Amino acid sequence: MTAQPRHTLFSPSRVLAIASNTFLELVRAKVFVLLTVFALVIIAGSFFLERLSFLQQFQMLKDAALGAMSIFTWLLSILATAMLLPKDIEDRTLYTILAKPVPRFEYLIGKLLGVLQLLLVSTLIMSFAFGAVLFFRQQWAIAEAIQSAGGAKAAAETVAAITKEIKASTFSGSLIPAIVAIYLKAALCASLTLLISTFSSSMIFTVMVSFACSLIGYIQPVAREYWINGPEQASALTKVMFMFIALLFPDLQLFNLVDDVAAGNAVSTALFLKTAGIGVIYVFVYLFLGYWFFSEKEL
Amino acid sequence: MKRVVTGLVILLAFGAAKLRFEQSLDAEYKAEFFRGAKIDLSVREQVGQVGFIAALSGFRAVIADGLYLTAFNAFANMQWGRMVLLFNNVTTLQPRMIQYWNEAAWHMAYNAATAAREDPFQPKESLRIKAEREYWKLGRDFLERGIRNNPDHYQLYDTLGTLLRDKFKDHCAAAEAFAKAAECKDALGYEKRFAAYEMAECPGKEREAYELLLKYYNLGEGERLPTLLKYLGRLQEALHIPQNQRVYIQPEKHH
Repeated sequence: MTAQPRHTLFSPSRVLAIASNTFLELVRAKVFVLLTVFALVIIAGSFFLERLSFLQQFQMLKDAALGAMSIFTWLLSILATAMLLPKDIEDRTLYTILAKPVPRFEYLIGKLLGVLQLLLVSTLIMSFAFGAVLFFRQQWAIAEAIQSAGGAKAAAETVAAITKEIKASTFSGSLIPAIVAIYLKAALCASLTLLISTFSSSMIFTVMVSFACSLIGYIQPVAREYWINGPEQASALTKVMFMFIALLFPDLQLFNLVDDVAAGNAVSTALFLKTAGIGVIYVFVYLFLGYWFFSEKEL
Repeated sequence: MKRVVTGLVILLAFGAAKLRFEQSLDAEYKAEFFRGAKIDLSVREQVGQVGFIAALSGFRAVIADGLYLTAFNAFANMQWGRMVLLFNNVTTLQPRMIQYWNEAAWHMAYNAATAAREDPFQPKESLRIKAEREYWKLGRDFLERGIRNNPDHYQLYDTLGTLLRDKFKDHCAAAEAFAKAAECKDALGYEKRFAAYEMAECPGKEREAYELLLKYYNLGEGERLPTLLKYLGRLQEALHIPQNQRVYIQPEKHH
């Protein structure tokens, strides 16, 4: 007689099973089609800008690609997460899972991990596509510049200088933290959407509130500054309103490194780690609050 | 209901706990020249409501690129006034983009100024000269604002030095700009020499310039460039440096 496996309070394998199913469900929902649009944006953008100098072309290519990555991961995080709970309720999958000895927090963690996996794969594919197009344009620009400098007759020193200058204006180490920050922002938005979906009554409500919360998150630092250091003559009501915005919403501008990194700014490791740290804390807090509401939700 | 209120209280408590941390992170980012864009109503007028929201939502680089392309078209059509407005917004959205400041200044101080000087619709030369100088000032203003936003990069000091030297003929200010460029960590080797050349042209600074040029001369063959030698020779004469202390003998004197 074989012994029954002991039921544990928390099982990583159960969580991973839910996560991988969630990921597969999302892949089947053809969310990756969005990535084709991204590829078209950067490839079209790289050719559209041919009349500009190569430095300007690289700059705009980086701005457009990083901006598109930022908006696509943001959209994906909200839309993919918002459909999870309503879809599971509609398909009755949720009841099948929770009827088994699967605690609700495991279910939520699994769902979030599935979305985070999807976001990670999407971010990696977009980064790879962006890197490939940038590399292709870089090689093209180097070949063109060498040709203008005299082709095969150009002095080795000139060729080296051209190559160095063009390479310096394409890839920089700061692009990596900027892309990681894009992913963290998307992860934060996903956990916030999951939190909202635990008490929302419909998918459309979840999507609308999540978009609104994200937009408020972008102006949260302005509200915070106004509340803390604003003019004394500001009305008490205004200050209270800004206080609530500062306390309830995340500062999404902290994760918006792309604009400045694309302009050539470098972010220090310590500062980036602090940003990543607050991002991870946000994800955990929103997940905990999501469980707080979901644990007592009548299904 | 009790659960909702408790959830809200937890969120507010977390908000209070993270507030100081977020504030200090914000300050650290600003110290590293991040988040310097001050998006105002002028940008709102140029980019419309959707663009304004997009700029606030982390897409300001893309919006700045769009405005830059519009400015590029304005340049092609020689719409100088429109260009000033557009470049003001481009640089407001991307204050750390040296290229935008540099280009805005170049368009104003060189292209727009030349067009104003040669304006076929303005018969009065005095007014054409006045318009030309106004554009120089606009170029200088772009560079000075750019420097305030990017004090750690040499390029804008260099362009400012060149503008002050070539257009304003203010050699003292140009020397200062080149000297500041030379202090930047990524400065090119010629900045310090340029600062010395301009100092040599600045009344009252001849002795200081001579000592600087002498210092660079003594650094070795690599620094003994024709312009440096020309200024060194001229200052030796002007300052009546005794023959036995002169390090450089001008060719014409030699013959």
